[in-house]
Amino acid sequence: MPNKKKDYQIILASIQKPVIGEAGITGTWSKLKPVINSEKCIPSKSGKPGCFNCWLFCPEGVVSRTIPPKINIEYCKGCGICKEECPASAISMEEVEIE
Amino acid sequence: MNLVKVMDVQEEEYIYPGTRMCAGCAMALIYRFALKALGPKTILTVPASCLTVLHGMQGFCTTKVSVLHTPFATTGASASGIVASLEEKGLNNEICVVAFAGDGGTVDIGIQALSGAAERGTDFIYACYDNEAYMNTGVQRSGATPQGAHTTTTPGGKMKPKKNMLKIMEAHGIAYVATANGSYPIDIYEKFKKARTMIGTKYIHILSPCPPGWGYDPKETIKIGRLAVETGFWPLYEIINGKFNLSRESKKYLDPSKRKPIIDYLGAQKRFKGISDEDIEDYKTYINNLWDEIKKRIDH
Amino acid sequence: MKESKKTIIVTGNHAAAHALRQAKVGVISAYPITPQSPVVEKISDFINEGKMKARFLMVESEHSAAAACCAASATGSRVGTATSSHGLMLMYEMLPWASGTRLPIIINLATRSCGAPWSVWDDHSDFIAARDVGWIQFMCEDNQEIYDTNLQAFKIAEDPRVYVPAIVAYDGYILSHTMMPIEVEMQEDIDAFLPPLTHHLNLSDITQIKGVGPVTTPDIVKRTEGTAPGYYEFRYSLQKALENSIAIIKEVHDEFVDKFGRSYGNGLFKTILTEDTDTIIFAMGSVSSQARNAIKKLRDIGIKIGLVSLRLFRPFPVNQLRDYFKDKKNIIVFDRDIGYGYEGVLCYELKAALYGLKNAPFIKGYIVGLGGRDIKDEHFIEGVQKALKQSEQGEIVHETEFLGLKLEELEL
Repeated sequence: MPNKKKDYQIILASIQKPVIGEAGITGTWSKLKPVINSEKCIPSKSGKPGCFNCWLFCPEGVVSRTIPPKINIEYCKGCGICKEECPASAISMEEVEIE
Repeated sequence: MNLVKVMDVQEEEYIYPGTRMCAGCAMALIYRFALKALGPKTILTVPASCLTVLHGMQGFCTTKVSVLHTPFATTGASASGIVASLEEKGLNNEICVVAFAGDGGTVDIGIQALSGAAERGTDFIYACYDNEAYMNTGVQRSGATPQGAHTTTTPGGKMKPKKNMLKIMEAHGIAYVATANGSYPIDIYEKFKKARTMIGTKYIHILSPCPPGWGYDPKETIKIGRLAVETGFWPLYEIINGKFNLSRESKKYLDPSKRKPIIDYLGAQKRFKGISDEDIEDYKTYINNLWDEIKKRIDH
Repeated sequence: MKESKKTIIVTGNHAAAHALRQAKVGVISAYPITPQSPVVEKISDFINEGKMKARFLMVESEHSAAAACCAASATGSRVGTATSSHGLMLMYEMLPWASGTRLPIIINLATRSCGAPWSVWDDHSDFIAARDVGWIQFMCEDNQEIYDTNLQAFKIAEDPRVYVPAIVAYDGYILSHTMMPIEVEMQEDIDAFLPPLTHHLNLSDITQIKGVGPVTTPDIVKRTEGTAPGYYEFRYSLQKALENSIAIIKEVHDEFVDKFGRSYGNGLFKTILTEDTDTIIFAMGSVSSQARNAIKKLRDIGIKIGLVSLRLFRPFPVNQLRDYFKDKKNIIVFDRDIGYGYEGVLCYELKAALYGLKNAPFIKGYIVGLGGRDIKDEHFIEGVQKALKQSEQGEIVHETEFLGLKLEELEL
């Protein structure tokens, strides 16, 4: 029978493994979420990849670089930067419930 | 102008969503683009700072690359140790070592270890995200806190200007010195990409607006950072093996008339509330001298 | 095999350097300090001559040296260094960091007193100061032991049942700068004794993404992805690893004896002329070396006495010492260190270790040789005679006494 490792031989250094939502569902930090008006959104309107300021300036990386751009509201902290930086004023901050 | 550029940037995210960073944190944005540029073959080392918190706690982390947490004063030495080990294993050409520290960890407590690592020509990137105070411990002044700024330990406003870390690093004669700013993520991306290909010590100093520490609404982060560039306070440039190169976004501010008044930048932040006219004059002088010097270096 | 061994005459510092060379240390990071500097000078020579492949980081401070050692170890390299006194003091922040991360780093410590005032001379203050940070601590008595203990220390520290860093200490100048013959083993024999390091961390394997040493809370953390221990569990684990390392330290020592024929008592402490007596001097390092001489003189004047020389200071071999001393009557402890405001550290450690023994021995401690003051046979004779008188009269004195003071010559 192989020797079973003792607890002190298993618990060594404090090591982390990557997870999504390390701080929990951080979308709950704010009720206000960006909502994109696809009639104003430049890539949505033109159907061509470009602009994507909302993707570019999001500190959380929760906006997709897709047409139309999608926002992962589970982890959007509602800072409002994307609304500020949208050159087409296509984003409004609205109360959105996280399911 | 970003039309092509934005699509050239690595789409993959290297930070999983759901970190502990405050809403509107410029550092989170800076780190997002730095890691995109660096890619998966990277080992990070991070001292005590807000970035420690971004990396997550006990058992679970947030990035797709490994990180070695290290005590406050040690960042440059910690990176040196990783590099030495990779050299011993013959992996140093394959894996990029990156130290990422705050301004306190860089210009104050970590300056000795950083200076030593730079003097040895250690092949690594050292990035300082500069939010101009000890934000993680509750906004105490650091050597990088600018003149007139209120912090919890300078309740009357700081008397002295910020330490010129870029000149200090340039004086080490290292391969690459650059400034950056959280409001210019593509510029950050390009600078990290460039630094990654170079051999020797690379130093990137990134201004990182901090909503709670600087006193502004989180949505203003990009605007505030941009004002630092537009007023001429924070020029974006790089010095490659001693050769000065003004970055695209800062070129037009060679012309003083293009620069916005410094009060636009200072007045947008609560930390400068009640700043004296003398301090504002000092800022104007500082900016003028800074650009005179830049102009000379470019003409030369 | 025997003729392939080589006897060389070297200082203690060079004995340490030879051991680091033959241990095939991958990364060394150090900063010069008297009396340790010849270790790193010799290593620089070895590297320059191509006799050693280590990456040598000559950093700008001991704090950085220790930090770089930790980082290199976490990246998966075998790491060793050397320091003294203020150097170890400056490393202090990184000592619990290394043990808390369970990094099998070896520090050679050429002991030296701590300022102020400045003193480059020997005592064990620096060694003692590293007592409570979770490192294994050895104290050597001669240059051969420095060489042998280094090789054993790597094997112990890197044992998956241990993973704890270790300090190999030896007295500054008295050993660090004194030439003695030592046997240097064949490299292939060392390689067979000390296999390459298998690290539990190894950040250089980038396929295994991890964060090392993050903020760790008082409690455990449970998530759907798994459960993580809290700070408390890590520190429990370190303590248990140290307690249980005693068996491995003995095991490695015994294997070393089998392979190379040199032994150091039971690997934990050495006994000299103790068979026929229940009166013992307890000491370590240079104090033991001098006591070896003093016990002969004491015997000449009719005091039957032996010596127990401590080799392993941490983990303190409590059970083994209790077992050994249970039938002894008098123990006189000579400390070349002091727990200021209390007494000599070895003395109170031993008192605590023997607490509760039935018919526990009388223990009396003295301070000797701080800051390099000569320790003479007469100090042992004076101390032992006085202690035995007190023991006879059942007199327990808690006042700390310094032997070899020259207050009377100061004309105060």
